[in-house]
Amino acid sequence: MSLRTALKALPTMLRIGFSEAVAYRAEMIIWVLATTMPLIMLALWSAVARGGPVGRFGQAEFTGYFLAAFCVRQMTSSWVAWLVSYEVKQGTLAMRLLRPISPLLAYATEVLAGIPLRVAIVLPVLGISLWVAGAERAVPTSLGGWGLFALGIVGAWLITFYLNVLLGTLSLFLESSQKLMEVYMVLFFVCSGYMFPVEFFPPGVRTVMEWLPFRYQMGLPVELMTGAHATKEAWELLAAQWTWVLGLGVVSMAVWRRGLARFAAFGG
Amino acid sequence: MNAKRYLRLLGVQLKASGLLALQYRADFLAEGLTSLAWTFTALAPLFVVFNARPSIEGWTFQESLLVVGWFTLLQGVLEGAISPSLTGMVEHIRKGTLDFVLLKPADAQFLVSTQRFLPWRAVNVLSGVGLFVYAFVSLGRWPSLPGVFASLVLLGTSMLILYSMWILVVSAAFFVVKVDNLTYLFTSIFDAARWPSSVFRGSLAWVFTFIIPLALMTTFPALALLGRLPWTWLVGAVVGSVAFAAMARWVWLMSIRHYTSASS
Repeated sequence: MSLRTALKALPTMLRIGFSEAVAYRAEMIIWVLATTMPLIMLALWSAVARGGPVGRFGQAEFTGYFLAAFCVRQMTSSWVAWLVSYEVKQGTLAMRLLRPISPLLAYATEVLAGIPLRVAIVLPVLGISLWVAGAERAVPTSLGGWGLFALGIVGAWLITFYLNVLLGTLSLFLESSQKLMEVYMVLFFVCSGYMFPVEFFPPGVRTVMEWLPFRYQMGLPVELMTGAHATKEAWELLAAQWTWVLGLGVVSMAVWRRGLARFAAFGG
Repeated sequence: MNAKRYLRLLGVQLKASGLLALQYRADFLAEGLTSLAWTFTALAPLFVVFNARPSIEGWTFQESLLVVGWFTLLQGVLEGAISPSLTGMVEHIRKGTLDFVLLKPADAQFLVSTQRFLPWRAVNVLSGVGLFVYAFVSLGRWPSLPGVFASLVLLGTSMLILYSMWILVVSAAFFVVKVDNLTYLFTSIFDAARWPSSVFRGSLAWVFTFIIPLALMTTFPALALLGRLPWTWLVGAVVGSVAFAAMARWVWLMSIRHYTSASS
């Protein structure tokens, strides 16, 4: 596969992906409804905040934070791990491999093509957040802030995608990586800032969180969106995030190549 | 006569699942580990929340542990006894093999809901009980006998409600074929049952009490163990859950009638 073929095919693949997303819009709605955890957490933390603020978080801050978490989850979600392990099990990966485009690129475009539809869902939530929490707690207030947030959310998308590829590919080595995916979900829920802001962890645990990738999948973009960091701090965190992006990119591609060498589909 | 036949059928199905489970003994360890991991997920925000406050909406940390305990226990019931067979049902619809089930001389709802059990998920029930013991030890007292009795009744009603909700979800499979997501949706809604229901205010409280009776499933039994559940609520729970089950049964029968087999 040359880069030119891939680039030429990209618009078509995105168009196909988008049409699929529209065709299965009911499924998409169900997925969105299934990610209501931030809203439930919002209810819980609002109950806590009724007795007074927690750290820098009052009612409005919690609203801004968890609605932002909902939006970030929508924009960065990836189901590639399940897709890869399913296709490995069914042997249909063989068909993907016959095409002159890397399957990974195909998975990536499939996820990306869903984003316009997801934006349509995110926008009203963002509107509510702006209305309830106020602009400075819901979105970046400066152009530079928007830039940092854009970097952060792209990084988060890439980390999630690479982790998914890694987990999915492991199913080529272990018979099933289903249990591993469950463990990943647990870690993601607890460590990423999805259920509560990472800063609520005690200091020692927090240092560990800073070293793990999960915080950069959710917590960082949410904090950048709600303007929790000064510019210098934001750049430092973004540097850590993009280090993870590069590292995971290299590792997941290597594991994917080695895994493919092991892949043997019957009749494929 | 008829009941006896169904009991025997249930026995056969249970035995088959049991034998299947014994084949994969390593699963026991995996179940144990994931169950512990999920219990930890349920607890993590609790630790964080109660780090900030001694009590939330009248619930202390130990009392909330009881709610999490019931959540964990019910999760075990759900994933061990209810969802495997209903996931199988979704497969039936997609592959068109439901026709074979419908042709069998027994009630179809009974057949599809007993076709598969995952006995190792009972580990979850154990971690739930472990949480109860820990919570009561640190509270420094034990639940009263009527309290335990009431909570067992409520366990029955919550299982009935969970099962009925699942039947409703699966009935939706007749209309929306890609239903693996629906089961996921259900589990994520059930997640809200982790916290005492008094946390939820306004419209959310109303939804979680009357539309999706989550409060009844975890908060009521926890209150019963603490001896704080009014008797009227218990009666309400029993009546409500039976009505809910009847409604689910009616929807199921409607969906079956709506179902056009794979070949037609």
